[in-house]
Amino acid sequence: MMDALKVLAPGPYTTVQDPGRFGYQQVGIPVSGSLDAFSSQIANLLVGNPPESAVLEITILGPRLCALIDFDMALCGAEMDLSVNDAPANRWETVRVKAGETIAVGQAKTGCRGYLAVGGGIDVPLVMGSRSTYVGASLGGYQGRCLQTGDILKIHAKPPLPRTRRLPEAWIPGSPSEITLRVIPGPQDDFFDAALDILFQSPYMVTPKADRMGYRLQGPALEIKEGMPRSIISEPTMPGGIQIPADRQPIILLVEQTVGGYAKIGTVITPDLPRVAQATPGDTLRFQRVTLEDAHRIYKDHRNRFQEITEYLSAR
Amino acid sequence: MNTGVFEKARFRIAGDRGLLVEYGDCIHPDVLHKVRSVALLLTQEAPAGILEILPTYRSLLIVYDPLVVTPGTLARLLEKMETRLSGIRIPDPKCVEIPVCYGGDFGPDMDFVAQTHGLETEDVIRIHSAPEYLIYMVGFTPGFPFLGGLPEILHTPRLETPRTRVPEGSVGIANNQTGVYPVASPGGWRIIGRTPLNLFRPKDPNPFFYQAGDRIRFRPIPEREYHRIRQEESA
Repeated sequence: MMDALKVLAPGPYTTVQDPGRFGYQQVGIPVSGSLDAFSSQIANLLVGNPPESAVLEITILGPRLCALIDFDMALCGAEMDLSVNDAPANRWETVRVKAGETIAVGQAKTGCRGYLAVGGGIDVPLVMGSRSTYVGASLGGYQGRCLQTGDILKIHAKPPLPRTRRLPEAWIPGSPSEITLRVIPGPQDDFFDAALDILFQSPYMVTPKADRMGYRLQGPALEIKEGMPRSIISEPTMPGGIQIPADRQPIILLVEQTVGGYAKIGTVITPDLPRVAQATPGDTLRFQRVTLEDAHRIYKDHRNRFQEITEYLSAR
Repeated sequence: MNTGVFEKARFRIAGDRGLLVEYGDCIHPDVLHKVRSVALLLTQEAPAGILEILPTYRSLLIVYDPLVVTPGTLARLLEKMETRLSGIRIPDPKCVEIPVCYGGDFGPDMDFVAQTHGLETEDVIRIHSAPEYLIYMVGFTPGFPFLGGLPEILHTPRLETPRTRVPEGSVGIANNQTGVYPVASPGGWRIIGRTPLNLFRPKDPNPFFYQAGDRIRFRPIPEREYHRIRQEESA
């Protein structure tokens, strides 16, 4: 491990993340991890890392970093300008960086979160099996917090790739103005009747209250039907669960939530969670109903495609 | 007496990777016992495709890999398990003693709680520290224990407006529940005291002293002892 990056300007919310911290949700520790798992994994593959290596998750506006050693780097996810010593560099491909150069990541033009991987992976201590930052409990990542000016990040030593890699255009996720999320009704779809139709027919806007815990949406009210309780006995939540609290406006629960006491009308399918991660306040979301069988078919296709991408990039 | 245990487990679909299994419809020790028995069997037998088992008050969330197992297969497996539950012995619960300095700066809502119920502070302390509370669930923040069995005379509604920051170690009451904040967080519980113990030790191989199903008893301590223990804990 060696000092590799010095933070010149951190950006508003830049954290170290990996796939997440599993096995502790039952003691109140959320999974955390990269909100857009796909971009995080691809960024790692582009620098020759295992897909689960730790990366920087950048929110809305990127950091400025000074390279202290030579390394390979890749930026994926939201559309953000990337430059090395003021020379523009491409996203979704390997970028060679030399010691002394300045890396600058700009403001997101579309999307919300960028993922910056470096060859070898960010080296912070494993806490309870993960390098992910959970700011809510000052846990993991770089001292349990967002990056600050002057921080020095270490990376695991790794020789540069023999050849640079680039993700073909066809595999780069699009950024539509209206985001469609596929949803399986439940676990408490029996608490709702007309609200299910309303959910699947109406646009919902992302409010400014949108973070790694959850996205609060605004749109037509979703009523719990007559005779059903307004809340439920607290139970564990899955990322993607669409919870309906007392104000009847939906919240998509994400990776920093462990339990909830309100009924969930539906659950966004796992392959569509990166679309939530890339939605910003003001964006319009639409929900499309899918059956569990459809969802499992989509899940399988998604995993097969990731396998195909992995093989393609690793063969370069 | 209705203990709220369902005759047959009820299954709910929680997305493409989650199966929620409900064993009852209320907060009751018998329901919790059933949840823990099934969780124990699943942990011991580790059926293929199960990634995580999350037990709570009256249900179990099973996170699975849909490429390995279907929820239909899991449901049949759980139904078969029902016949074997009577033979399961759950490990004896631990009882963890937590020292608490009640009232004063550590318990900003102590006066409210005492006045609401027409009690003296000493009565609140005596009544709150008497029971062995059952931990129904741990969650909300790392290690936050949801405790059942709060004597009825102390039942007190939550704050109208939650505090933006409740200090770590704070002991609170919300309606018929009591609990402790292991880490500082926003919160709406009525705070009556504070423990000097670090309840969450992320660098320790066992980061928590207790788990759901264990019991907690609060031991009143004077401020002097609070500071002494606090000093040891910070060392």
